[in-house]
Amino acid sequence: MAAEKAEMDALKKECDALRTQIEAARKAVNDSSMSAASGGATAVGRVQLKLRKTLKGHLAKIYAMHWSADSRQMVSASQDGKLLVWDTFTGNKLVAVPLKSAWVMSVAFAPSGNLVASGGLDNICTVYNIKAASPKTLRELDAHTGYLSCCRFLSDTEILTASGDTTCCLWDLETGKQKVIFTNHIGDCMSLALSSDMNTFISGACDSLAKLWDVREGACKQTFSGHTSDINAISFFPSGNAVITGSDDCTCKMYDLRADQEVIGYQDTNLNAGVTSLALSSSGRLIFAGYDDFNCHIWDSLKGEKVGVLSGHDNRVSCTGVPADGMGVCTGSWDSFLKLWN
Amino acid sequence: MTINTLAKGGWHREQMTCFRKMEKVIVAMQDPDMGMKMRNQRLLITVIPHAMTGRDIIDWLIQKYSICEEEALHLGGMLVRYGYIYPLKEPRSLVLRADESPYRFQTPYFWTSTRWPASELDYAIYLAKKNIRKQGELMEYEKERYSLLHKRINHTWDFVVMQAREQLRASKQRRKADRIVLECQEQAYWLINRPPVCLLHYSALLSLCVCIWLPCFQIEICRRALGRNRVKSSICLEGFVKYSEQYQNHDPIMQGCLPSNPWISDDTAHWTMNTDIVPTPTRLRVERWSFSFMELLNDSIGRREFMTYLEKEFSAENLCFWQACEEIRHGESSKIIEKVEEVYKNFLAPGAARWVNIDSKTMDKTLEGIKRPHRFVMDDAQMHIYFLMKKDSYPRYLKSDLYKNMLAKAIVPQETKKSVFPFMRRQRHSSPSPAQAITQATEEDGRAKGAGTPAVDSRQRSFKC
Repeated sequence: MAAEKAEMDALKKECDALRTQIEAARKAVNDSSMSAASGGATAVGRVQLKLRKTLKGHLAKIYAMHWSADSRQMVSASQDGKLLVWDTFTGNKLVAVPLKSAWVMSVAFAPSGNLVASGGLDNICTVYNIKAASPKTLRELDAHTGYLSCCRFLSDTEILTASGDTTCCLWDLETGKQKVIFTNHIGDCMSLALSSDMNTFISGACDSLAKLWDVREGACKQTFSGHTSDINAISFFPSGNAVITGSDDCTCKMYDLRADQEVIGYQDTNLNAGVTSLALSSSGRLIFAGYDDFNCHIWDSLKGEKVGVLSGHDNRVSCTGVPADGMGVCTGSWDSFLKLWN
Repeated sequence: MTINTLAKGGWHREQMTCFRKMEKVIVAMQDPDMGMKMRNQRLLITVIPHAMTGRDIIDWLIQKYSICEEEALHLGGMLVRYGYIYPLKEPRSLVLRADESPYRFQTPYFWTSTRWPASELDYAIYLAKKNIRKQGELMEYEKERYSLLHKRINHTWDFVVMQAREQLRASKQRRKADRIVLECQEQAYWLINRPPVCLLHYSALLSLCVCIWLPCFQIEICRRALGRNRVKSSICLEGFVKYSEQYQNHDPIMQGCLPSNPWISDDTAHWTMNTDIVPTPTRLRVERWSFSFMELLNDSIGRREFMTYLEKEFSAENLCFWQACEEIRHGESSKIIEKVEEVYKNFLAPGAARWVNIDSKTMDKTLEGIKRPHRFVMDDAQMHIYFLMKKDSYPRYLKSDLYKNMLAKAIVPQETKKSVFPFMRRQRHSSPSPAQAITQATEEDGRAKGAGTPAVDSRQRSFKC
């Protein structure tokens, strides 16, 4: 017992020493701050987006939404047990997919537009073909031992899932089997985002860490800390060189992948609600973050200032999304409505 | 009482966040205004102050967090299981009953998060106290632990017994109600942190594994992380600023879009003009091709134009090869083998019709890999050709007449005039884009200072009808 304890202590010491060295290396490259770099950029001023459309149709809290790659269709999931595919331009519902389990937490649209996936407390990620005459279940991906918090398609043949069992997983849709399991988080994985070249993805978890993974190798390449509570939302900066996270500690942070550290934080002492979701405008300049205080606040990503707010929901904003063409932003809420703004 | 504060943190850090969350709930429950209603509970002949019933706990949780009974029962059960609330009747059964059973809040001194990790010495003192107070009061598993500890920390056993006696003597001087409360609290604490054997084995094994295995794993990760190349933050940050500025005109939220934003004007002209394949692309789109190589390749028209250019330069096989590799990477698994065969035949085999120029090392590695084809077997070769095109053909394309003509021909859509519909009540006024709002303000300021009357925006005029 004593020998084991001694070994543990030695290992712990070595690990702590390495961590200190990593911190020192990060400090060494930190020769500038975001406020200095963005000093010359033009100010954004007050951003006032107007509500353009309200999509009504769900009967219970909306938990997730995802834009299609064509920037016109969108799928939303609600705990009334339905997935609805909308044509956001006309406001029509195109497809209604009834779910086996009403406790849905995440939904995704495939880039081709042929498939949607959803999952939640049933631990299963179900993939549906919505181009068939009536929505057909293509696959039920059942291997996670915890709830499904997020899913994203790479193509019609591969999908990534993040789960409350602290792992993320890459599945092969043709066989329905797991291809790669990404383990390293020590808390429930809450969200993930795929890079545009699909070689890497980032995940945020309840252990307050954000991790960058290599899809091919299945290994964690980088870890970012700094948050003091669960990370609920994560996204890439459009250039692919930075990661934006939103957390229950009421702040958002931007981490640079090449400098391997946090570069700026977005917080406000008057804001005491956790961040539930976030999305970026297509130039990356604006961050739309949905909070528990029923609003979606808009941040200037370079200057770190709050530049606007989208209010109109009667309950927590649970999901936010900007389509690929950047036309506007969609917010979904527990009040069962989806609102489109620009 | 002995206050034995060992260093917190270490490998059990991950549980701390859960504990902090539960503690937030507990603190809210004890809030003097909005918290739980407490009352005195009778336990045999003694009255225990500040107690509450299981039913009250559940009702409070339902009301405060707007959840259903099932969820409240689950949540409350967790609070009991982790020792923040303990039952007064049947203290060994750590469950929350939705009835009149009395419960009490555990004092923060005894919270797991405060006293982590529970030390052996403290446990020994506790068991010794119990043993002295009433012979035979120890449960079976406690007796086993007692003898185990007695063997293990025999050298300090005198200290243990002495401490136990001291604590018993001090407690005798307290009021009976206080004494019972303290005993309950202590008992609850040890039930959580030194549970009966069956649970112990599992948790001990788990914590042992976690303690030994996790650090080795972490050390490996740390070593790799230390070795990574880090770029100066000034360079990175400048990159973000440049990117935002470059794409600002292409961001419909920041800068509006031409001819009009479909969400506002209900006119799909913008989308029609920007579909994947159009006879003439818009100017913004052609400009984007010059931002990065990937922008060009990701655009179908851009890729087609680039292919035309490469054909003129007799290096089109590079782009064809790259496209074929993309299909292998993202296509169906069942077709991988035949696709790899195709690529080998057309691009890599000696004397192939469209042989690509790869350095010998990469070629050897790829040919080896082809013997056992998989999705990523062409990655190295594809990367080589990608960089070849990026460094060589791409910059020349951007300077070529082909590209310049494309740019000149490209459409700059007219902004649709906002027509006047007297009966339209919906908002036609697009929200001023942030950049415009500033210039408008300065313009208005200038005019106001000069003329003394505020300038009327022509858009506002049409809106008045």
